[in-house]
Parts: sequence; structure tokens; C-alpha cells
Amino acid sequence: MSESASLRTPLYELHRELGGKMVPFAGYDMPVQYPAGIMAEHNHTRSQAGLFDVSHMGQVRLSGAGIVAALERLVPGDLQALPIGKVRYTMFTDPNGGILDDLMVSQAGDHLFMVVNAACKAADIAHLRAGLGAGVSIEPLEDRALLALQGPKAVEVMARLAPPVTQMAFMEFAPHRILGADCFVTRSGYTGEDGFEISVPAGAALDFARRLLQEPEVAPIGLGARDSLRLEAGLCLYGADIDTTTTPIEADLLWTISKRRRQEGGFAGAEIVQRQLQDGVARKRVGILPHDRAPARAHTPITDKDGRAIGEVTSGGFGPTLGGPLAMGYVEAAFATPGSEVMLVVRGTPRPARIASMPFVAHNYVPARRIS
Amino acid sequence: MSKLYFTTDHEWIRVEGDIGIVGITDHAQHALGDIVFVELPVSGKQVAKGAEAAVVESVKAASDVFTPVSGAVVEVNEAIVDQPGLVNEEAEDGAWFFKVKLSDPSELNGLMDRAAYDEYVKGLE
Repeated sequence: MSESASLRTPLYELHRELGGKMVPFAGYDMPVQYPAGIMAEHNHTRSQAGLFDVSHMGQVRLSGAGIVAALERLVPGDLQALPIGKVRYTMFTDPNGGILDDLMVSQAGDHLFMVVNAACKAADIAHLRAGLGAGVSIEPLEDRALLALQGPKAVEVMARLAPPVTQMAFMEFAPHRILGADCFVTRSGYTGEDGFEISVPAGAALDFARRLLQEPEVAPIGLGARDSLRLEAGLCLYGADIDTTTTPIEADLLWTISKRRRQEGGFAGAEIVQRQLQDGVARKRVGILPHDRAPARAHTPITDKDGRAIGEVTSGGFGPTLGGPLAMGYVEAAFATPGSEVMLVVRGTPRPARIASMPFVAHNYVPARRIS
Repeated sequence: MSKLYFTTDHEWIRVEGDIGIVGITDHAQHALGDIVFVELPVSGKQVAKGAEAAVVESVKAASDVFTPVSGAVVEVNEAIVDQPGLVNEEAEDGAWFFKVKLSDPSELNGLMDRAAYDEYVKGLE
């Protein structure tokens, strides 16, 4: 999509008011940062509460008899075991086991509530329509905004505005009436911090966001800090760290596939995923910590100590909380163990780095409720 | 008596005799945001006008710093390697990048003075 045809979220006017630096992103005009800057916004989210406009993401309501079984044909996540009020992270796979998109799906009782990536949402809807078969309803919720309130103080803010919301455990979903608006809330996010993602009717979103920003702990956060926060948290960015050329096994996302689904398969590309589970994979997604201060950006070649190519960085930059550079990428399986020494070829110069376990910065989630 | 020039790529060069001190402008550091890494040329390196001579990185991205003139790099500012944030604080002063011994002073003729640069930046906004 051309820049001139950029779409706007319901909060566009607010971003401009707040001095947001607007950039084209997935067809939308989105704030990459506000005047505080990426570093300050990142640090604010880690210590207080950051408000993110993620209304560009796709929200979809799926319903109909057999929707759970039907959707399981498209994703490796265990949806049959997902109780009402819980959220699951999973992905659409293709027949080769490649990842078409990653997503969050909530079991809302009489329907499923799904959030997908902005850049993929049109293709995802088409994929759902083609793959779910007759008898199910696929309803893109284009009249809703999506706000994320993230950070250790998010829960204190919500305690003032909507006390029942604070009773939610990590990765739970619930409808809540907040500030007079009918919202869908999940206790989840993309920062590694505690927080909430709140689906708000588009018409109420501007007032809703302004009200949140009145709370002393809350500051607006742009896409720049969203990226540095998720990178420190070790979370994948679709289109960079995962795509149709990577499988869930290569991407180290096996944890998202339950024992039943590993055994039974029944999702697109299951045979390949099962074979990789049994035989191993040639390459793996890993965390990488440079020994020096030079950030290694996406597509930086990774070599062994003798200069032999062993992989590539898929996301990389500087972690404000970590206080140094960090990266994510794929390396040959033999090098995927934390502690392995590798070289990152930054602008032609090999620089030493080591494979590191992720997250780079410890997650700070509230405990999940135990499912018996 | 030194003279200050600017490029369309947002570098400045302060020339004293045949030595030019090169840095990035305040406008540039502001546009880049929080600077977290600086890579400087090695002393003695020959650089050609308009070529990439240094790299400056913000949280978000890496950007090249081009040399406004040709010549030999005679000194680099290690202080900004140790403290990249200095570039945000004093871009047009203490946070210079490198000094270059001009091989062709006539290359300065195509550069802007302060007033022309300010006008140029205004046109970008």
C-alpha cells in the first residue's frame, strides 16, 4: 500500500496531538515514537505503564458449531483444551509447516476472539474463509480499536478505572464494561511485562485512551519501543523472526503445541512438524548477545569462528533495559546451544557474540491461574 | 579563524587551516533519537568526499555519516564511542566525530553555510 493511501486508527488524532512521529506501518499511519523518545518510552513501560495503540491489528470473532475443531485444522495450538476465559498463542501454518501468521485466540464461550497481525489480516481472513468450511461465522471486528496497557503499574491503573479487571490472571480473557464501553480484555501483551490488551468500540476509543493518559503512571508508547520491548522479551516479530520459510520447530515454538496435537497432528503441515520433532531441524531460532557494543540488525550474517556462514540475524538492535545490543536469528542446530560462540558480520567486520537463552530481560507477568 | 559548513546529509565541518572537524548536526541527532553506538574510521584512513566514514546507531536503526571532504583521517573522538549519548547532548560541539586533513579545499565550495542549512532544514519540515 502506498504511503498516501495510509489508513488511520481511531486514535490518529490523539497521536498527532501528542506529537507522535508518524510512519507508514502495515498500511497504517502509526506513531513510531512520541517526543519522549524510544529509550524513555521503553523505560517507562518497564517501570510504569505504557499505552500502545495496536488498533491496526486484526480482531476477528469466530463462531458456529464445531468452530474449535475446524480452527484446529489451521493452527497447531490446542484449542480443545482451552477453557472458557483463557487465551492461547498459536499460529496459522501452511502445508509445508511454514508460519502464515502468529496470533492470540481467546475462548469466549459462545465464540472465539482472535487477534492477528496487521500486515497479515486480509490474508488471514481469506485463509479462515477458505479453511474453516461451512457453518462457521467469521466476523472481522473492524469497528473496534485495540489498546495495550503494559507495565508493572498497569494493574494499579486498572484498579482505579475497572477493579474487576485486576482479578484476571495471566493469559485470561473476559468481557468487561470499562468507562461505559463494552470491552474485551485479555491479560497479555507483547512487552514481557504484566498488562492488558483492551478491545474498545472504535467510537469510544479516543475518550478511553485520553482517560487512561490522565492517570499519572500512563504515557503513550510508539512502535519503536514496542519493538525493543518485545525483543528483550524474546518474542517473535512476524515477517522478521517467523514467516512461511520457518516452521514452529525451527522457530523454537514447540511449547505452543500440546502433547495431543504433536501426536495427533491434524493441522496444516503437521507431517513436517512431526518429522522435524522426530529427526530434529537443521537450524533453530536463538537469542544472540554481541560481546561488544555494536548492534547487529536484521540480515546480519552469522558465521562460526572460521568465517563459515551458519545463519542470519532476523531482529536486532539495542535493549535499553539490557543496556546493550541484542539480537535474534537462526543458526545451524549445532550452534543453537546457549553459550556457543559465533561471529556477527556487521558492515563487513566479524564481531564476536554468543548464543544466549531468551528472554533477555526476565518476564514480569502475574501468575497464571492453574488449570486442574 | 575557523569556518563552518554543512551538507545536505546533515553533517557539519569546521575548517581551521587544512584540518576539518566533522560531526552531525543537532537536527540530525534529534531525528535519529537516542544514540547507542558510534563507529569511527581508523586514524590514517583516506576518505573520499561523500563516502561513508562513520556509523551512528539509534535504538531503531543504523545511519551512515558521510565525509563532507576528501582527505586523511587524522584524529577520531573516542569520547563518543565510550558515551554515544554525547552525540544527543552536544552534536555540534563536543561530540565531533573525526578530523580530516583536506586534500582538496575547493570541495568546500559546494557546501552550505549556517543560514543556508537552516533554510534547507526548514524546507524538510
